[in-house]
Amino acid sequence: MTSELIVDFEKRYPGGATIAATLRQPADRFSLTVLFGPSGCGKTTVLRALAGLERPERGTITFAGETWLDSESNVNRSPQSRDVGFLFQDYALFPHRTVAANVGFGLRTMSGEDRSRRVTELLTSFELAGLEHRYPHELSGGQRQRTALARALARRPRLLLLDEPLSALDAGLREQLRGRLRRQLAEFGVPTVVVTHDRVEAIALADQVVVMQQGRVLQAGSVEQIFSHPRDLATARIVGVETVVPGEIIAVRDGLAEVRVGGATLTAVAPDVAVRSVYVCLKGEDVVVQRAATAGSSVRNQLPAVVRALSPEGPLVRVALDCGFELTALVTRPACEELQLQPGDRVTALFKAPAIHLIPKE
Amino acid sequence: MDWQAVQLTLQLAAATTTILAFVGLPLAYWLAMSRARGRFLVEAIVALPLVLPPTVLGFYLLTAMGPHSPGGRFYQSLTGSLLPFSFPGLLVGSVLYNLPFAVRPFMAAFATMDRRLIEASWCLGESPLRTFFRVTLPICRPGILAGLVLTFAHTIGEFGVVLMIGGNIPGVTRTLSIAIYDDVQALNYASAAQTSWVLLGFSFAALLVVQFLGRRGSGV
Repeated sequence: MTSELIVDFEKRYPGGATIAATLRQPADRFSLTVLFGPSGCGKTTVLRALAGLERPERGTITFAGETWLDSESNVNRSPQSRDVGFLFQDYALFPHRTVAANVGFGLRTMSGEDRSRRVTELLTSFELAGLEHRYPHELSGGQRQRTALARALARRPRLLLLDEPLSALDAGLREQLRGRLRRQLAEFGVPTVVVTHDRVEAIALADQVVVMQQGRVLQAGSVEQIFSHPRDLATARIVGVETVVPGEIIAVRDGLAEVRVGGATLTAVAPDVAVRSVYVCLKGEDVVVQRAATAGSSVRNQLPAVVRALSPEGPLVRVALDCGFELTALVTRPACEELQLQPGDRVTALFKAPAIHLIPKE
Repeated sequence: MDWQAVQLTLQLAAATTTILAFVGLPLAYWLAMSRARGRFLVEAIVALPLVLPPTVLGFYLLTAMGPHSPGGRFYQSLTGSLLPFSFPGLLVGSVLYNLPFAVRPFMAAFATMDRRLIEASWCLGESPLRTFFRVTLPICRPGILAGLVLTFAHTIGEFGVVLMIGGNIPGVTRTLSIAIYDDVQALNYASAAQTSWVLLGFSFAALLVVQFLGRRGSGV
C-alpha cells in the first residue's frame, strides 16, 4: 500500500460554485504542500474537506491506504477519527481556557501525569514556558499562533492542516516566523498542508505547490516548477514571479549579497537574516535584454545569456534565457522585433540588484 | 405575607427553570445550529407565548388537559388524577409559557459563538456531546445564566396562565401574584402592597443580574 495522501473530490455549493481538487502527498514523513491562490479560490474548502469539516459530494480522500471519504460507498470519516491537526486562520483558541489547558485539550484520555509532561514538552518547544496560566486574550499575536500550533500538534496527528498560519500576524513578525515555521514543522515530522495567498510564504515553506483559481487546481509541482515554469498564462498571472531559482549566498558586504546561482554570480540586497540557502526571485518585467554589454551603467547584474525560446503573450513576449540558470524576461513585442531576437542568439541580460528578491530557505 | 404562597411560588419557579434548562438547551442549540427547513416554524412556535395572551394559552391547556380530551384521560389513567387545578398542571403551563424566556437567550448565546471553536474541538478528537460540555456550555455560560434568571423571575410573577389552569387553591396552586389579586379583591391593601414590594424588588434584582451577565458575556 502506498503511504500517500491521495485527494480527488468535488464540492458543490448551492450558489453554483464548485470546488474541485486533486492532490497527492507523502503521508509517512514530513513534507509540505502549499495550496496557493487568490482569496476565494476554494483553498480553505479543500483544507476543511481534508479535516472532515466539509463533505464533498463526489470523490475520494485516502490517507496511507485508509479511506477517509468515498462518495460512491458513502464513507465519510468524522473529524474526530481522522487524527488531523488543524490550525484555524485566527487560531480559534478556547477563550475560557489557559494556554496550558488549550494545549492539553485534546489529551483528555491521557493520565494526568502523562498529559502534563506532554504539555510541558510542547510549551518548551514552542517557547511558551511561563505563559501556561495566561488566557488567550492576554497573549501577543505570535504567542497565540504558537499556542494554536502546539495544541494542533499535541495529539501527534498524522496530518497537519494550516489555514493561513501567518496572516493574522503583523508584517515584521510574519517575516521572522516564516523561516522558523518550516523548521519547527520539520522537527515534528508530520506531513503538512498549508493554505496561503502569500507568494513569499508559499516559496519559503513549500516542497510542493498546488496553484488554485476559481475552485480548480491549475498546476501542481515543486516551487521551481510552478514559479519558473507555469504551465499556462493563468498560473503565471497568479504566481506573479517569472524566475524562482535556488541560490547560495557566498558573501555579504555593505548590505549587498553575492549570490551563486547555477554558473552565475549575482548581486542582490542581502536579507535581514543570516542564511546561506535562498530562493532567488525575479520578475520578468525587471529583466532587460540587450544585444551587447554596456559599460558605465548602474545596473549591477549583467549576464551573458543565450535565448532559448520566445513565446508571445498578448502585447508581450516571454523570453526564456540561459545564463547559467534559467531566467525569464518579459519584453514588448516591438522591442523583440527591433532586437530581431531568435532562439540561439547571444545577448546580455541586465537587472538591478534591488529587483532581486531573496527568500531564505532553511 | 402569605408564606405558603411564597413557598409554592419558589417551588414552581425552581421546577420550571430546571425543566427548561434540560428541554430548552438542546432545543436552542438545535435552533441556533441547524439549517433544517422546519427551523423557522419551530422558532415561531417557541416565540408564540411572547405575543399570545396568557389566558388563551391557559384556555387551550385547560381543555387539552381536561377529562374530555384524550391527553387528559391518558394522564388520569396513569395517575388517577387530572392535571387542571393541580401543581403538575400548573407546571406544564408554566414551562410552555416560559419557553421563549429561556430558549431565546440560550439561542442568542449559541448563535454568537464562534463555530470554529466547536470545529477545533472536533479536530482535537472530542465528540459533539463532549464538545458541547467542554466548549459550548462554558463559553455560552453568561447567556445561559441570563436565560435561567429570566425564566425564574418571569415564573415568579406569572398570573394569567396560573389563574386559568391552577385556579386559586391555597398551598396547591395559589402563587404570589394570585395572592396579590386576592388581597386586592378582599380590600386587604396593606398585604397586597407588601407582596408587591417584594416582587418589585426581586424583579429589579433579577434584571440587574441579567445585565451584569450580558456585559460579562460580551467582555471576554
